[in-house]
Amino acid sequence: MRAESPGGRDVRPSSRRRPPGYTGSMEYQTRIHGRGGQGVVTAAELLSVAAFLEDRYAQAFPTFGSERTGAPVVSFCRISDRPIRVREPITAPDAIIVQDVTLLRQIDVLAGLRPDGHVLLNSARPAAELGVAGHSVPASEIALRHLGRPVPNAALLGAYCALTGVLSLESVQAAIRTMFPRQVAEANAAAAAEACSYVREAARA
Amino acid sequence: MLRQMEGSQAVAETVALCRPEVICAYPISPQTHIVEALSRITRAGRLGTCEYVNVESEFAALSACIGASAAGARTYTATASQGLLYMAEALYNASGLGLPIVMTVANRAIGAPINIWNDHSDSMSQRDSGWIQLYAETNQEAVDLHVQAYALAEELSLPVMVCMDGFVLTHAFERVDLPSQEQVDAFVPAYEPRQVLDPDDPVSIGAMVGPEAFTEVRYLAHARHLEALERIPAVAASFEAAFGRRSGGLVRGYRTEDADTVVLALGSVLGTIKDVIDELRESGEPVGAATLTAFRPFPFAALRALLGCKRHVVVVERAFSTGVGGIVSADVRAALPDAEVRTVVAGLGGRPVTKAALRGLLTAGEPEPLTFLDLDRDLVARELARVRARRRSGPSAENMLRDLAGGG
Repeated sequence: MRAESPGGRDVRPSSRRRPPGYTGSMEYQTRIHGRGGQGVVTAAELLSVAAFLEDRYAQAFPTFGSERTGAPVVSFCRISDRPIRVREPITAPDAIIVQDVTLLRQIDVLAGLRPDGHVLLNSARPAAELGVAGHSVPASEIALRHLGRPVPNAALLGAYCALTGVLSLESVQAAIRTMFPRQVAEANAAAAAEACSYVREAARA
Repeated sequence: MLRQMEGSQAVAETVALCRPEVICAYPISPQTHIVEALSRITRAGRLGTCEYVNVESEFAALSACIGASAAGARTYTATASQGLLYMAEALYNASGLGLPIVMTVANRAIGAPINIWNDHSDSMSQRDSGWIQLYAETNQEAVDLHVQAYALAEELSLPVMVCMDGFVLTHAFERVDLPSQEQVDAFVPAYEPRQVLDPDDPVSIGAMVGPEAFTEVRYLAHARHLEALERIPAVAASFEAAFGRRSGGLVRGYRTEDADTVVLALGSVLGTIKDVIDELRESGEPVGAATLTAFRPFPFAALRALLGCKRHVVVVERAFSTGVGGIVSADVRAALPDAEVRTVVAGLGGRPVTKAALRGLLTAGEPEPLTFLDLDRDLVARELARVRARRRSGPSAENMLRDLAGGG
């Protein structure tokens, strides 16, 4: 559920929050797979708020349905420097986030991924071991340490920043602070930061 | 103020800025987030003495709005799909009595088979109910139309339905410029009812009217709708002057000036259509689009002024009349007798209307007068074969689902 009284409502969009080296792109499309209750829809919404805070246009939407706990859920986010008009689901994503790797056996989560696209898996096991050309981050374990609950959302979004360079970690953390009460927000922001560093270090290793 | 937010939340915030005095709520997807948010806003004391009434059905929601509106209160409710159908009798009462109720319809298909996803069958089914119907293209327009709706409704003493695509808009997070309380207060002054149930000055509202005056009462309602054709663009123009952006109105064109073919539609599908128009323009195709914002009253003259000289008009409809075809198309044909008007039924029950399908449609050689976009003809043919094969062929919907799941 969405937080009722966001802490940072007065946060203004600013292009200064954009990631260093960001040069702008036509449109960046992300698809998120998870299970009902994992915050799949909230994750896409957070990405869109982070993009908005960088003074960019963004559109987040779920695959619409009767959400049930544990059922496969998909959400989408488009980020662009121009207003976004199109309303069709994303079928050729630039990035795919998988919140629950048991979905790999159930549905074709990688369908339509662009040739140079990114895949981010929530797993302590390396992506190659799971048969996927992508990156793993132990988001549930990171979340457990920071939040006391294995909610992988914020950690995955921190890792997403490091992996794609599309959004800055600062923007994702600011988005988290607009949506959750202070304590929950800070724990999530810390989880995002740790996962972001994890991916950066893994890339250096 | 610029915000990145869910369409439902944006509409709830805007309705709150319009200072409703009675909100009647009954939840139904995909409208529920709107009334849930208004419940939180009311409970937080932001609406002063506003009464938030949890009712036991949609019929009760609108009936309570009717009573409250007749007693002089500014009222609001929202619904969708079967909920709108369950209100049908009260819809006619609200318009027949001339009560300026504003209602959001989060457009959703009608069952059976049960389907919670977006199309326009719900509001289209109530096109003759006497309500003004305005359709939002984006969440920004949904916000703006609610402000305009209160101004229109109370000026004309007519109820207004603001239709926004369920899920596609209601559940989408996008950039919205929310007006300020001062701006809305200046645009929507305190409600001055033309008729009111007041113990100090008693009147009767809703008495029986026989053949001696029923036609005249009905004619006046028609005349008010014709007046709305003048007022809708006027309110949109004063909205633009006050808020600095263009929203609402009757019908507007996109790259229509030198277009041979114009795609006309209502609601959020216009975004995808405009992207396709831009792509086709780049390859030299003379195409344009038209957004029909007001469906009731139907803007015959404005549509003629915009598209009167066009040869081909493609009406993309999110609903249809079984055994007939297009619903909007019939009015478009009447408005444009010289144009070749084609009907494309698209996006029923939440099927995505894709750029690829629209491009295919607009570049196909021999267009049909009536097309069902992306229709799975093989699936239909297999079910027809089952129906022919034996008398007790069973329920078609379930047969086709089993077929799709690979169970023949």
